[in-house]
Parts: sequence; structure tokens; C-alpha cells
Amino acid sequence: MSKIDAFSNSREALLNSDISAVELVNHFIERIEKHAELNVFLEVFGESALAKAKEIDEKLSKGEEIGRLAGMVISIKDNICYKGHKISASSHILEGFESLFSSTVVERLLAEDAIIIGRTNCDEFAMGSSNENSYFGNVKNPHNTKTTPGGSSGGASASVAAGLCHLSLGSDTGGSIRQPASFTGTIGLKPTYGRVSRHGLIAYASSFDQFGPISNSIEDIALVMEIMAGGDEYDSTCSKSDVPSYSDLLKDKKGKKRIAYLDSHLNHEGLDPEVKKRTEEIIDGLRSEGHVVEECKFDLLEQLIPVYQVLTTAEASSNLARYDGIHFGYRSDKATDLYTTYVKSRSEGFGKEVKRRIMLGTYVLSEGYYDAYFSKAQKVRRLVKERTEAILKDYDFIISPSTPHAAFELGSQVEDPIKMYLEDIFTVQANLTGQPAISLPLAESAGMPVGVQLMGKDFNEAELLQFSAELLHNYHLKKDLA
Amino acid sequence: MQRSDSFRIVISKDIMSVDAKTVDRLAELARLEFSDEEKKEIQGDLNRILELIDKMSEVDTDGVEPLIYMTDEVASLREDIVKQQITQEEALKNAPDKDSDYIRVPKVLDK
Repeated sequence: MSKIDAFSNSREALLNSDISAVELVNHFIERIEKHAELNVFLEVFGESALAKAKEIDEKLSKGEEIGRLAGMVISIKDNICYKGHKISASSHILEGFESLFSSTVVERLLAEDAIIIGRTNCDEFAMGSSNENSYFGNVKNPHNTKTTPGGSSGGASASVAAGLCHLSLGSDTGGSIRQPASFTGTIGLKPTYGRVSRHGLIAYASSFDQFGPISNSIEDIALVMEIMAGGDEYDSTCSKSDVPSYSDLLKDKKGKKRIAYLDSHLNHEGLDPEVKKRTEEIIDGLRSEGHVVEECKFDLLEQLIPVYQVLTTAEASSNLARYDGIHFGYRSDKATDLYTTYVKSRSEGFGKEVKRRIMLGTYVLSEGYYDAYFSKAQKVRRLVKERTEAILKDYDFIISPSTPHAAFELGSQVEDPIKMYLEDIFTVQANLTGQPAISLPLAESAGMPVGVQLMGKDFNEAELLQFSAELLHNYHLKKDLA
Repeated sequence: MQRSDSFRIVISKDIMSVDAKTVDRLAELARLEFSDEEKKEIQGDLNRILELIDKMSEVDTDGVEPLIYMTDEVASLREDIVKQQITQEEALKNAPDKDSDYIRVPKVLDK
């Protein structure tokens, strides 16, 4: 059955009647049950997944046309709305909550006959870099169960790495798709801000958040992207610009590229020497293939996390004001009047990291500090964007490690929020500027996978995916799990 | 219980570190409460984070406009048409406490 662990094979098997969609779903449900100790899935949508599978089987038996994603089994992060299904953002405060509508991405995937297999564990409200901030316990990295699968989309990355689905949908606010992809040897894409509708995503920081796919296959990522992306009347920030056929363009003839690497990134003191060496090896390799790879100065690296912290916590403090214990979710039984309904429900319902960020966000937005923190951060954000865009005017891509090191041990950093924030040092830039970025499994450290990141030009996912396919072809370090 | 009717927080500009009183005011504004032990921890965390954030002050931003909108495109608006997207039954479905027609809340007004 292992053949169907790749979508291309499962689709072929489906079309040749070697397997039914129902058998396919049962295969993955069995795998999920077998790997229950990884704590990847908060819930398996067995009933609706099998219903969808039956629908596909019926279409096939009647000779009707099936959708482009028929045969693809997808998991969704627990912050993506799917009508009639529970969703909690891995938080106690959304206990028992059921989505009343589906996110635009889920609707578009279902319309192409994708099978949504279940919702995956993540850091509470997508705040974290290790999946240890989940109310439902941490996820384990399938490559080494003592280590984190990354965060916040840790369940998403682990679900792909352990072969529990073909592709997983996550969200990326500061690196929440790319850092877990780096730690689990998978491919993770954060599209350009505004490329994919955010309608139906539980908001963390609205000017940063983007949906994106994690998979072992760049072809699957390209296909899913061309189906998910594009204008949506329910998200006013979503671009109406045309969506190219990413999967067709993957096969296009490739030219020589101009690639930049940033001095501050490769000389970063926290960078694992093995990761640095491998990145330099790839840079040399690219040069010998005829690409131009040059060093660029970037003097704002130390400002990236501070700007990110100020702006995302500010946005989070407003976004999370809606959890009031009144209309939906958790209400404390100690609530005796309006004020205690708010305070008790929120204090009991939110976890430690979420409360820390709400407090910081409230502080930076408060009178007397607004200019010094919030407004200042918005100004530095503009400088970061301008500097990055200037580099991407001269170069097609910026290459760097996705993370300074491989997955760290569970429990080793939970007591140190600052250290945890710095995990995102190489990924936050693309969220501050809006540009697309992808993590590719091209490096390793002490046998554990580490990603190499490519950042591309605004709305040029086509070229980014195309060159990613080339890099994967030439430099992929395959780390197959037993 | 002490509560403010205003959302203003006035803190001396000279103190760029968070004191215990500020933690109380922030918690009140954010509708959160903490034990004394948690307060101390939060105060320490906030001060450490603010120290990290201070890195921003090294950058000269004179004459730089704040970046507020992330897209160059004009935000797309849809026609303002009344549509029934959820029913009353659905709206009540996720409420922690309800009767057949309304969401129930603890008593709001004292007689």
C-alpha cells in the first residue's frame, strides 16, 4: 500500500480502479491510528472523509469526471474553518466550538474533490515555535520523538513527515509553516501576502497571516496553490490578480538565475556550522551550474524579531478581544456578572503564551507608548520592506537557511520566551515584507533535517516553485522514515 | 472590583520599564487576571521582551512613513446586500449558555 503515499500514485491507482477512494481513506486512517503517539491529529474527520470518498467512487463508477484533487488526502491545521466540524486553535477557550462556515481554501479544495482527513495540533492561536503551547499537548517530531516538529504548524508538518496524509494546510505568521517544514524534512510554502484568501482562518496577526501548504511533493504544492489562490469577496486584502497555472509552469524550461545571500544571515552567531557549510555548498553548486550568486548587505537582521513582536502582539491583542465568554466558546463557571464573565473566561481559557502576547500587545498600543513602539515598528517595517525589495529588484531570489539549526529537544526552551522568539530569525522577514518564501529539505545537522529557504518576488510563486523544483532535483537530502 | 471606564492608560514616559502597577492596568485593559506569582513572572518577561524590542531604537526612522497596508491593490469591496448566512439556530449553537431564542449571560444590572 505504501505506493499510494504519494498523491500521483494514489490518483493513478484510483483512475485505474486498483484502489477505491474509500480504501485510500481507510489506509490513511489506519496510519494515523498507528502513529497516535505523535499527537498529530486533534480529530480525524472519518465520517465526512469517507462520505467524500464514496462520492468520488460513485463518480468514477458512473464514468463522471472527477476533480483535480480526487485522490489527495489533506489535513488542515486546527485554525482553519470547515463547516460542521470542530475547530479550537488548540485553545481551551474554543472548547466545543463548531465552524458555521468553511474557509475559502477548504471550499476550493473540496470543489476539486480533495479529501479532508482531519485537523492537526498546533501552538495555541498559532503562537509558538515548538507546538508546546497547545492546550492538547505537544506534537512529537517523527524523525526523533524527543524533539519538536516545530511550530506553530507542528501537527501539519509531522502529518506529512510521518505519511499520515499527502499534504497539509497550515498558516504562517512569522515562520509557522517554514520552520516546522525545516524541522521535519518537508517542503513548506508561505505564499505572498494577499495571494490566498484568509477568509475562515482564525486570526492571529492579520497583516502577517497567510495560508500555505506543506508536502513532500513540490508538484502537489503547485497544484494546490493554483486551486487555492486568487481573489475572494470575503477577504478584502486578497489580490484579484490572475493565478498562473503553477503546475504547468513547473515543467517550463529553466534559465540562469541571479540569487542573493545576506551577510547577516550566513554570519549569524547562532547558525549551526553544519547548516552553514551545507548552505555554502549549495551556493557553490549553483555558481558552478552558471547561476549568479552574490552576497548582499542586510543591516536590519537584529530588528526583525523586535518589529515582529510589537506588531503581531498588537494585532493579536485586538483580534483576541472577541473571545469574551459570551457568544461562543468557553465560559468560566465563576462568572457572576459581565466583567467577571470576560475576565474569568479569558484568564482560564487562554494559555500562558497567548496571555503574555496579549499583555505585550496591550502595552505597545497604550497611550504614551504607541509612538515609541507601535508606530516606530511600522516605520522600521517599511525600511525592512524597502531594503528587501531593493535586493529583489537586482536578484530573483534570496537564499538562506530556513532555521539556524535542526529541531531542538522538547522542553528545552519552554521557560525562555525570548530564545523561542529568536527561532524565527530567518523566517519573519518574509512576513514583515509580504514576499513569498519556501523551505526546502536540502540540509541536515547531526542526521536531522534542516531546511534551506528561498524568498522570491511578490506574486511570483510560479518562478519560486519552478526554481524550488530544480533545487530539489539537484540537492534534495532524502530522509525517509522507516 | 476596581475597574476603569476609560481605555486610556497613562504611564510616565520616563519609566521605560514595566512596574507592578502597569501590569495591573494592562491586565485590566486586556480583561485578564493573574495571581501574584504570575504577575511577577509577566512583569519580568515584559521587561526582557522590551529590552529586545529596544533594538528598534537604533534605526533612524526620521521622515519614514509607517507601513500600514500590506497590499498595493485597492481593497476590494462587495455590494452591501443583506444575505442570511447563518440561521438563529446556528448562531445559538456555539453559545456557552442559551435558551430557545437568546444567548444567556450572568446578571448585568444590579437592582
